[in-house]
Amino acid sequence: MKLLPCSAAKTSSPAVQSNVEDELEMATVRHRPEALELLEAQSKFTKKELQILYRGFKNECPSGVVNEETFKEIYSQFFPQGDSTTYAHFLFNAFDTDHNGAVSFEDFIKGLSILLRGTVQEKLNWAFNLYDINKDGYITKEEMLDIMKAIYDMMGKCTYPVLKEDAPRQHVETFFQKMDKNKDGVVTIDEFIESCQKDENIMRSMQLFENVI
Amino acid sequence: MAAGVAAWLPFARAAAIGWMPVANCPMPLAPADKSKRQDELIVLNVSGRRFQTWRTTLERYPDTLLGSTEKEFFFNEDTKEYFFDRDPEVFRCVLNFYRTGKLHYPRYECISAYDDELAFYGILPEIIGDCCYEEYKDRKRENAERLMDDNDSENNQESMPSLSFRQTMWRAFENPHTSTLALVFYYVTGFFIAVSVITNVVETVPCGTVPGSKELPCGERYSVAFFCLDTACVMIFTVEYLLRLFAAPSRYRFIRSVMSIIDVVAIMPYYIGLVMTNNEDVSGAFVTLRVFRVFRIFKFSRHSQGLRILGYTLKSCASELGFLLFSLTMAIIIFATVMFYAEKGSSASKFTSIPASFWYTIVTMTTLGYGDMVPKTIAGKIFGSICSLSGVLVIALPVPVIVSNFSRIYHQNQRADKRRAQKKARLARIRVAKTGSSNAYLHSKRNGLLTEALELMGTPEEEHMGKTTSLIESQHHHLLHCLEKTTNHEFIDEQMFEQNCMESSMQNYPSTRSPSLSSHPGLTTTCCSRRSKKTTHLPNSNLPATRLRSMQELSTIHIQGSEQPSLTTRPLPTTSNESQGIQGKTKVKCHK
Repeated sequence: MKLLPCSAAKTSSPAVQSNVEDELEMATVRHRPEALELLEAQSKFTKKELQILYRGFKNECPSGVVNEETFKEIYSQFFPQGDSTTYAHFLFNAFDTDHNGAVSFEDFIKGLSILLRGTVQEKLNWAFNLYDINKDGYITKEEMLDIMKAIYDMMGKCTYPVLKEDAPRQHVETFFQKMDKNKDGVVTIDEFIESCQKDENIMRSMQLFENVI
Repeated sequence: MAAGVAAWLPFARAAAIGWMPVANCPMPLAPADKSKRQDELIVLNVSGRRFQTWRTTLERYPDTLLGSTEKEFFFNEDTKEYFFDRDPEVFRCVLNFYRTGKLHYPRYECISAYDDELAFYGILPEIIGDCCYEEYKDRKRENAERLMDDNDSENNQESMPSLSFRQTMWRAFENPHTSTLALVFYYVTGFFIAVSVITNVVETVPCGTVPGSKELPCGERYSVAFFCLDTACVMIFTVEYLLRLFAAPSRYRFIRSVMSIIDVVAIMPYYIGLVMTNNEDVSGAFVTLRVFRVFRIFKFSRHSQGLRILGYTLKSCASELGFLLFSLTMAIIIFATVMFYAEKGSSASKFTSIPASFWYTIVTMTTLGYGDMVPKTIAGKIFGSICSLSGVLVIALPVPVIVSNFSRIYHQNQRADKRRAQKKARLARIRVAKTGSSNAYLHSKRNGLLTEALELMGTPEEEHMGKTTSLIESQHHHLLHCLEKTTNHEFIDEQMFEQNCMESSMQNYPSTRSPSLSSHPGLTTTCCSRRSKKTTHLPNSNLPATRLRSMQELSTIHIQGSEQPSLTTRPLPTTSNESQGIQGKTKVKCHK
């Protein structure tokens, strides 16, 4: 249950050369976030909430940024029974909006602001962005299958009923039947939002995490 | 769950929105945060030194003194702070544990004082971080050994449960102090080894002359007596070897071990001699075989710890010794060549060839100087003196290196063994912590089920049992529950999973709808074994033993109340509902 600090380069790669360089790089990366007032204006959180969030963030990542390895480790602490690295990878890409390989506090706040305080439209937009792995505006069956397998991997082996091999694929089929209106094999953002808005369960569950902070 | 990671729980829950469009059924309700207090600073006064921290920091570990309501006992109304009359130095480490999630052990602290403080604050020492764990364990072990030296340690003889005859024999062989019989055997074999060695030595001593013939060695004069002695010794050694072979836990490994080879080599010459007495041609070989009888002296290494350590260190310093030998060989060859060519000119020189000069070089370099070969020419004498001077250096230099290598390697081996043992313990700890957190979730699920069932039964005083989990734990469990709903599968623990696999593979078990449990002996036995395993108290888990017991009591009340408990109100998929019902019933059956 050890949580490694974000800036320590405890990578498992055998190449010594890149390790040394990485270590130097990571050790000198220090990221200071924008001023509190600016963040307050940009996001939908109050000052107090931002303070609490930043204290937690800085405690775990004294250098101010999270890289993918650390992100995966933190996320896997919550799902001890399964393997959450793949899903954490997709999640990391969804949070890392500028794709620089590290999630800073601003990225973190931007994502959380949408998820916790955004409108249903924004949340659905975020979810679409998560599923659209190559960010081309369409969710294909392969992309959805990857996401679904990642989610099922988090369940691990010991489940009831026993996980079958094609469970993710079947789930993807159900999803596409529901979402893909014109049956062209891809789901666009409009189809997605429209279908979700028609489904009561989804609408209700979107409101579930309002009071997380 | 580690403390710092709890700070990321809001993020993990927010990210769960990504599962919502994929799920096909409604999500469970989020646990309500009833106490919407603003986070406040609390002051902890420890023997005059004031520490301040956020209340939520302390609440990360709810089953310790500071994280639970136990600290209210120490609240001082007048000064509005918590006063602890304890050591402030150790408290610093304890508080840092709450802040960082890592417990450190300061080296200057006494081990028993530290243990006392940890026990007071309700923290288990097993969660000490890896950086300090080795030091802590070392100190703890030294302390325990010191305590054991004070007490008598003779009580552990009766504590051995019934070992099989073979195992007791092996124990007696390996450790002669376990019983008087083993001690007697130990001394007897030692005596006979000594007798055998002395016999071999005395055999060759010339003892007195028989009139009319030359001086005979004792072996030939009293050959019958010596033969009888030899036979007796070999009998004892053979019996001992066979007994050890019988008692060894792994015979193959025993046969390959060094001591057993020595045993065999020690007694073989006698038997070969018995077989070959009348054959003249091989009598020469037979005589050389007698040399191997001296190996009996190595049998003493079972009796001497020091000899064993010496043998082990020689083995581990083999590379250094090899280097010494190599450098010596180089020097010998160089000087022998030089001396040969220097002495080639002189007449009647003993340096007839280079190999013949080896003997001179070795004797000179090791400063023995027998004098049987000396150089006669001036050049020979000059090189001879250079040889003897350099001999001192060549031999003296590597020896301290080897000695220091001995101690370095010896200590290194000890540390490597320690680290290996600790690595296994560390992996086991990580595994236990992981299963602890997943088990906590499964337990809280059953708790929730039981709570709802009790609500149906109308026993209001037991309702509060399920609500004592901390807010963070309940939020984490809600997150896992959402994942279950998204994928339409449930988390179960390993034993139940294997049980399900067994069930699905065997077709002759009836379906899970049967209410009578007497026809399912298999289920109850696995259930019982599962239950008996769960009595260990996992660090920072949410299920102390008292709650487990109270749950069992409630279960018995439950089954006595009604024949067919109705557990159908939870909105679960139907198949898992029945299995949960059966799980509840099988649990109950075990503890009637």
